[in-house]
Amino acid sequence: MTDKASLEQNAIVQRLRAWDEKAVAEASEFRGELTIVVPREQLQRAAEYLRAEPGLQFDFLSDISAVDRFPMEPRFEVNYHLLSLPLRQILRLRVWVSGKDPAVSTVIPVWPTANWHEREIFDLFGIRFEGHPDLHRILMPDDWEGYPLRKDYPVEGFGT
Amino acid sequence: MTTVETAAGAAQTMVLNMGPQHPSTHGVLRVVLELDGETVVKARPEIGYLHTGIEKSCEDLTYSQAITLTDRIDYLAPLSNNLGYCLAVEKLLGLEVPKRAQYIRVLLTELTRLNSHLVWLGTHAMDLGATSVMLYCFREREEILKIFEMVSGQRMMTSYFRIGGLALEPPPGWLERVGRFIEMFPSRIEEYEKLLTRNSIWLMRTVGIGILEAKDAIALGVSGPTLRAAGVAYDVRKFFPYSSYEEFSFDVPTRTECDSYARYLVRVAEMRESLKIIRQAMGKIPPEGPIRTDAPGIIPPQREKMKTEMEALIYHFKLFTDGFAPPPGEVYQRIESPRGEVGYFIVSDGSPKPYRVKVRAPSFANLQALPKLSEGGLVADLIACIGTIDIVLGEVDR
Repeated sequence: MTDKASLEQNAIVQRLRAWDEKAVAEASEFRGELTIVVPREQLQRAAEYLRAEPGLQFDFLSDISAVDRFPMEPRFEVNYHLLSLPLRQILRLRVWVSGKDPAVSTVIPVWPTANWHEREIFDLFGIRFEGHPDLHRILMPDDWEGYPLRKDYPVEGFGT
Repeated sequence: MTTVETAAGAAQTMVLNMGPQHPSTHGVLRVVLELDGETVVKARPEIGYLHTGIEKSCEDLTYSQAITLTDRIDYLAPLSNNLGYCLAVEKLLGLEVPKRAQYIRVLLTELTRLNSHLVWLGTHAMDLGATSVMLYCFREREEILKIFEMVSGQRMMTSYFRIGGLALEPPPGWLERVGRFIEMFPSRIEEYEKLLTRNSIWLMRTVGIGILEAKDAIALGVSGPTLRAAGVAYDVRKFFPYSSYEEFSFDVPTRTECDSYARYLVRVAEMRESLKIIRQAMGKIPPEGPIRTDAPGIIPPQREKMKTEMEALIYHFKLFTDGFAPPPGEVYQRIESPRGEVGYFIVSDGSPKPYRVKVRAPSFANLQALPKLSEGGLVADLIACIGTIDIVLGEVDR
């Protein structure tokens, strides 16, 4: 773990802070990987900035992964693994999503690849992506009940 | 003479369901097509038929046990997935793997790339009517599978890479066998090229088919040969080297035509580059040395020690019943699989079982580009489009 002071020196964190003081809720580093937590309401704006800003250019969204921190609140974290092809740098963007009303805005306008990733998270975690044009189950059958990757969903299922 | 009046079918489209049981979908993929005559107006891939809940199952296994599931994600490149998973857990633990094991890993994953590209080439050519290519490709693939069997005891579900190194010391004579294979293989690539590269039917079926430009490919998160055929030289082995890839010299083949033929040329060129890497790895692998790192409590003790030392026996027992617990944290490890960027996102909560394992499967992202590739083209070319992005449904659905 790196200490807080050196993280504040990080170029990506500094740029985001200079752009909007409220954009970075928290920054941390583990095994050389930088994670920036942005407030849920700021996600789409921050995503647009990260992709378009010349010094950042995170043009490639590798993956979106949700994690269920049940019974913690906020319950879910949604991680966006970003890559900048021109600058060869990586970043993990994270938003926290409440368990009571699990919803976050879509990033499809910024990275169209998010479409299926968001559908998968909706399917397996039950997190809604507001503004998604085609939000329905992708891996599980349409009439499936429950969200299998949640921690309160048993590995063996609820029985048939 | 009488004139027969036929009703013009203007503006009428037909919805056709292709798959999920269809040989050219390379698994169980369903594509809902909207057709205007022979032209594809809309193609909507429907997935999930092979969903087995691997990510959920991993949460109920120890870190070592979960390796066996990673084989089954992409059954054409099990060793690539073993590697991605092991590297992620090693990163989580902060483990350094001995150089000898790293080189052997590189050699075997490049053989895996050949294996996967061979199956792709054979089946893709067969989809387009060139049935004989498949027989040639599977002949060489058999040799690769025999090498896998020799080192790991398994042809496909190898689970040969373990956390901290390899499962076993490779048997004597295995490198000679690899050597014989790479001596023979360049002439075999020429055979495939003789059958296809200038074949006029092959050219008609692939040139200008399934155009995917760089801008769209990046936006859709497409990686691997499909992205490189659009002129973007993104290869994880070069961008973020792992397992000592920075010590190897090889090129990243790219093309700019963005079509199905370009993707074919990129993959054939990649096979030649893999051979280069394998040849270098053979020179680098020291004849003797550790194949596992030394980390008590994480790496099982040597078998010999267990027969004489009580402590080693206890360690062994504890490790295989309780497992080991990495520090809390999360890592995302990307590697270059034959199909593109494989990413393993592993979250640890400090317990001996992973809290969350997420697999970023390249086929999943690449398949999203299918509508872009096929819409506006002919229905017969849809088969070429599915083949050319080289999907493995086991990986798409996990």
